[in-house]
Amino acid sequence: MAVTVSIPTILRTHTGGEKTVEAAGSTVAEVIDNLDANHGGIKARLVKEGSLHRFVNVYVNDEDVRFAGGLEAAVSDGDNVTILPAVAGG
Amino acid sequence: MLRIRRDLVDAIVAHARRDHPDEACGVIAGPDGSDRPERFIPMLNAARSPTFYEFDSADLLKLYREMDANDEVPVVIYHSHTATEAYPSRTDVSYASEPDAHYVLVSTREPDADELRSYRIVEGEISEEPVEVVPEYEPAARVLPE
Repeated sequence: MAVTVSIPTILRTHTGGEKTVEAAGSTVAEVIDNLDANHGGIKARLVKEGSLHRFVNVYVNDEDVRFAGGLEAAVSDGDNVTILPAVAGG
Repeated sequence: MLRIRRDLVDAIVAHARRDHPDEACGVIAGPDGSDRPERFIPMLNAARSPTFYEFDSADLLKLYREMDANDEVPVVIYHSHTATEAYPSRTDVSYASEPDAHYVLVSTREPDADELRSYRIVEGEISEEPVEVVPEYEPAARVLPE
Protein backbone atom coordinates (compact mmCIF):
# COMPACT_ATOMS: atom_id res chain seq x y z
CA MET A 1 0.00 0.00 0.00
CA ALA A 2 2.06 2.95 -1.22
CA VAL A 3 0.82 6.43 -0.46
CA THR A 4 2.20 9.91 -1.03
CA VAL A 5 2.58 12.04 2.08
CA SER A 6 2.78 15.86 1.97
CA ILE A 7 5.04 17.18 4.70
CA PRO A 8 4.57 20.71 6.12
CA THR A 9 7.54 23.11 6.34
CA ILE A 10 7.99 22.64 10.07
CA LEU A 11 8.47 18.85 9.72
CA ARG A 12 10.77 18.93 6.70
CA THR A 13 13.79 18.79 8.99
CA HIS A 14 12.82 15.12 9.37
CA THR A 15 12.65 14.48 5.61
CA GLY A 16 15.83 16.19 4.48
CA GLY A 17 13.81 19.11 3.17
CA GLU A 18 11.49 16.99 1.01
CA LYS A 19 7.92 18.30 0.59
CA THR A 20 6.49 14.91 -0.32
CA VAL A 21 7.64 11.43 0.57
CA GLU A 22 6.38 7.92 -0.08
CA ALA A 23 5.13 5.74 2.73
CA ALA A 24 3.24 2.50 3.21
CA GLY A 25 0.39 1.31 5.41
CA SER A 26 -3.29 0.51 5.40
CA THR A 27 -4.22 2.90 8.23
CA VAL A 28 -3.02 6.37 9.20
CA ALA A 29 -1.26 4.82 12.22
CA GLU A 30 0.65 2.40 9.98
CA VAL A 31 1.60 5.16 7.58
CA ILE A 32 2.96 7.22 10.48
CA ASP A 33 4.92 4.22 11.82
CA ASN A 34 6.36 3.64 8.38
CA LEU A 35 7.23 7.35 8.03
CA ASP A 36 8.95 7.25 11.41
CA ALA A 37 11.02 4.22 10.36
CA ASN A 38 12.47 6.25 7.47
CA HIS A 39 12.33 9.74 8.97
CA GLY A 40 13.11 9.28 12.64
CA GLY A 41 11.36 11.53 15.14
CA ILE A 42 8.40 12.47 12.97
CA LYS A 43 5.92 10.28 14.88
CA ALA A 44 6.53 12.14 18.13
CA ARG A 45 5.52 15.36 16.36
CA LEU A 46 2.21 13.86 15.22
CA VAL A 47 1.02 11.46 17.88
CA LYS A 48 0.60 11.98 21.58
CA GLU A 49 -0.67 9.33 23.99
CA GLY A 50 -2.07 7.18 21.21
CA SER A 51 -3.99 9.85 19.33
CA LEU A 52 -3.25 12.62 16.91
CA HIS A 53 -1.72 15.71 18.44
CA ARG A 54 -4.29 18.50 18.60
CA PHE A 55 -1.88 20.91 16.88
CA VAL A 56 -1.83 18.85 13.71
CA ASN A 57 -4.36 18.00 11.00
CA VAL A 58 -4.01 14.86 8.89
CA TYR A 59 -6.05 14.36 5.75
CA VAL A 60 -6.52 11.28 3.59
CA ASN A 61 -7.20 12.79 0.18
CA ASP A 62 -9.73 15.52 1.10
CA GLU A 63 -10.93 14.13 4.39
CA ASP A 64 -9.73 15.25 7.82
CA VAL A 65 -9.10 11.93 9.59
CA ARG A 66 -10.49 13.33 12.84
CA PHE A 67 -13.88 12.75 11.29
CA ALA A 68 -12.96 9.36 9.82
CA GLY A 69 -11.60 7.24 12.66
CA GLY A 70 -8.48 9.18 13.59
CA LEU A 71 -5.33 7.07 13.55
CA GLU A 72 -7.41 4.05 12.53
CA ALA A 73 -8.70 5.77 9.37
CA ALA A 74 -8.20 3.55 6.33
CA VAL A 75 -5.64 4.40 3.67
CA SER A 76 -5.65 2.83 0.20
CA ASP A 77 -2.96 2.36 -2.40
CA GLY A 78 -2.37 5.62 -4.26
CA ASP A 79 -4.00 7.86 -1.63
CA ASN A 80 -2.58 11.24 -0.76
CA VAL A 81 -1.97 11.87 2.91
CA THR A 82 -1.51 15.54 3.82
CA ILE A 83 -0.13 16.72 7.14
CA LEU A 84 -0.80 20.35 8.08
CA PRO A 85 -0.27 22.19 11.33
CA ALA A 86 -3.52 23.65 12.64
CA VAL A 87 -3.65 27.43 12.33
CA ALA A 88 -5.18 28.52 15.59
CA GLY A 89 -4.59 30.50 18.75
CA GLY A 90 -6.21 32.63 21.36
CA MET B 1 11.25 43.28 9.83
CA LEU B 2 7.90 43.09 8.09
CA ARG B 3 7.51 45.27 5.00
CA ILE B 4 3.87 45.41 4.07
CA ARG B 5 1.69 47.49 1.74
CA ARG B 6 -0.69 50.00 3.27
CA ASP B 7 -3.76 48.51 1.56
CA LEU B 8 -2.99 45.10 3.14
CA VAL B 9 -2.67 46.62 6.61
CA ASP B 10 -6.00 48.38 6.02
CA ALA B 11 -7.57 45.08 4.92
CA ILE B 12 -6.40 43.30 8.10
CA VAL B 13 -7.76 46.07 10.31
CA ALA B 14 -11.06 46.21 8.40
CA HIS B 15 -11.50 42.44 8.79
CA ALA B 16 -10.73 42.63 12.51
CA ARG B 17 -13.21 45.47 13.00
CA ARG B 18 -15.89 43.66 11.01
CA ASP B 19 -15.66 40.49 13.11
CA HIS B 20 -15.27 42.24 16.47
CA PRO B 21 -16.03 41.11 19.21
CA ASP B 22 -15.04 37.72 17.76
CA GLU B 23 -11.45 37.18 16.73
CA ALA B 24 -10.71 37.54 13.01
CA CYS B 25 -7.98 35.56 11.23
CA GLY B 26 -6.38 35.10 7.85
CA VAL B 27 -3.28 34.85 5.73
CA ILE B 28 -1.41 37.05 3.29
CA ALA B 29 0.31 34.77 0.82
CA GLY B 30 3.35 35.72 -1.21
CA PRO B 31 5.79 34.10 -3.62
CA ASP B 32 7.93 31.41 -2.00
CA GLY B 33 11.24 32.90 -0.89
CA SER B 34 10.16 36.54 -1.47
CA ASP B 35 9.10 37.45 2.10
CA ARG B 36 6.63 39.79 0.35
CA PRO B 37 2.98 39.62 1.44
CA GLU B 38 0.74 40.03 -1.63
CA ARG B 39 -2.49 38.02 -1.72
CA PHE B 40 -4.94 38.82 1.08
CA ILE B 41 -6.97 35.79 2.16
CA PRO B 42 -9.41 36.41 5.03
CA MET B 43 -10.34 33.12 6.70
CA LEU B 44 -13.40 32.10 8.65
CA ASN B 45 -12.80 31.76 12.39
CA ALA B 46 -14.35 28.31 12.81
CA ALA B 47 -14.37 28.86 16.59
CA ARG B 48 -16.41 32.11 16.25
CA SER B 49 -15.08 33.16 19.60
CA PRO B 50 -13.84 36.35 21.27
CA THR B 51 -10.94 34.41 22.84
CA PHE B 52 -9.94 31.76 20.28
CA TYR B 53 -9.49 31.42 16.54
CA GLU B 54 -9.05 28.42 14.34
CA PHE B 55 -9.04 27.96 10.58
CA ASP B 56 -11.68 25.43 9.55
CA SER B 57 -9.82 22.22 8.68
CA ALA B 58 -11.33 21.89 5.19
CA ASP B 59 -10.59 25.57 4.45
CA LEU B 60 -7.03 25.04 5.69
CA LEU B 61 -6.45 22.16 3.26
CA LYS B 62 -7.91 24.17 0.37
CA LEU B 63 -5.74 27.17 1.28
CA TYR B 64 -2.49 25.17 1.39
CA ARG B 65 -3.29 23.38 -1.89
CA GLU B 66 -3.95 26.72 -3.56
CA MET B 67 -0.73 28.22 -2.22
CA ASP B 68 1.22 25.13 -3.30
CA ALA B 69 -0.22 25.35 -6.81
CA ASN B 70 0.80 29.04 -6.97
CA ASP B 71 4.28 28.54 -5.42
CA GLU B 72 3.18 30.72 -2.52
CA VAL B 73 3.76 30.52 1.21
CA PRO B 74 1.91 32.15 4.11
CA VAL B 75 4.12 35.24 4.50
CA VAL B 76 1.75 36.76 7.07
CA ILE B 77 -0.60 34.90 9.43
CA TYR B 78 -2.83 37.43 11.18
CA HIS B 79 -5.46 37.41 13.88
CA SER B 80 -7.09 39.86 16.22
CA HIS B 81 -7.31 40.18 19.96
CA THR B 82 -10.54 41.86 20.85
CA ALA B 83 -10.06 42.66 24.55
CA THR B 84 -6.29 42.52 25.08
CA GLU B 85 -3.12 43.93 23.58
CA ALA B 86 -1.67 42.82 20.25
CA TYR B 87 0.82 40.44 21.83
CA PRO B 88 0.88 36.64 21.30
CA SER B 89 -0.92 34.66 23.97
CA ARG B 90 0.38 31.36 25.35
CA THR B 91 -2.12 29.59 23.09
CA ASP B 92 -0.81 31.53 20.07
CA VAL B 93 2.71 30.38 20.86
CA SER B 94 1.73 26.76 21.41
CA TYR B 95 0.04 26.57 17.99
CA ALA B 96 2.57 28.62 16.02
CA SER B 97 4.13 26.28 13.46
CA GLU B 98 5.25 28.43 10.55
CA PRO B 99 8.77 29.51 11.54
CA ASP B 100 9.10 31.60 8.35
CA ALA B 101 5.83 33.50 8.79
CA HIS B 102 5.27 36.95 10.25
CA TYR B 103 2.61 36.56 12.93
CA VAL B 104 0.64 39.81 12.83
CA LEU B 105 -1.67 40.69 15.69
CA VAL B 106 -4.14 43.51 15.72
CA SER B 107 -6.03 44.65 18.78
CA THR B 108 -9.55 46.03 18.45
CA ARG B 109 -10.05 46.67 22.17
CA GLU B 110 -10.04 50.45 21.61
CA PRO B 111 -12.87 51.46 19.27
CA ASP B 112 -10.88 54.21 17.57
CA ALA B 113 -7.23 53.17 17.86
CA ASP B 114 -5.76 50.21 16.03
CA GLU B 115 -2.73 48.48 17.44
CA LEU B 116 -0.96 46.30 14.87
CA ARG B 117 2.29 44.49 15.69
CA SER B 118 4.33 41.71 14.13
CA TYR B 119 6.27 38.79 15.58
CA ARG B 120 8.32 35.78 14.67
CA ILE B 121 7.44 32.74 16.73
CA VAL B 122 10.07 30.01 16.47
CA GLU B 123 10.24 27.00 18.76
CA GLY B 124 8.16 28.74 21.38
CA GLU B 125 10.23 31.95 21.34
CA ILE B 126 8.49 35.23 20.53
CA SER B 127 10.48 38.03 18.91
CA GLU B 128 8.76 41.25 18.03
CA GLU B 129 9.89 42.94 14.83
CA PRO B 130 9.40 46.39 13.32
CA VAL B 131 6.63 46.88 10.77
CA GLU B 132 7.37 49.10 7.80
CA VAL B 133 4.21 50.14 5.98
CA VAL B 134 4.85 51.17 2.38
CA PRO B 135 2.56 52.51 -0.33
CA GLU B 136 3.91 49.94 -2.82
CA TYR B 137 6.72 47.43 -3.11
CA GLU B 138 9.57 48.45 -5.35
CA PRO B 139 9.54 46.44 -8.57
CA ALA B 140 11.45 43.16 -8.41
CA ALA B 141 14.88 43.22 -10.03
CA ARG B 142 14.34 42.52 -13.69
CA VAL B 143 15.85 39.33 -14.99
CA LEU B 144 17.29 39.93 -18.44
CA PRO B 145 16.85 37.17 -20.98
CA GLU B 146 20.10 35.43 -21.86
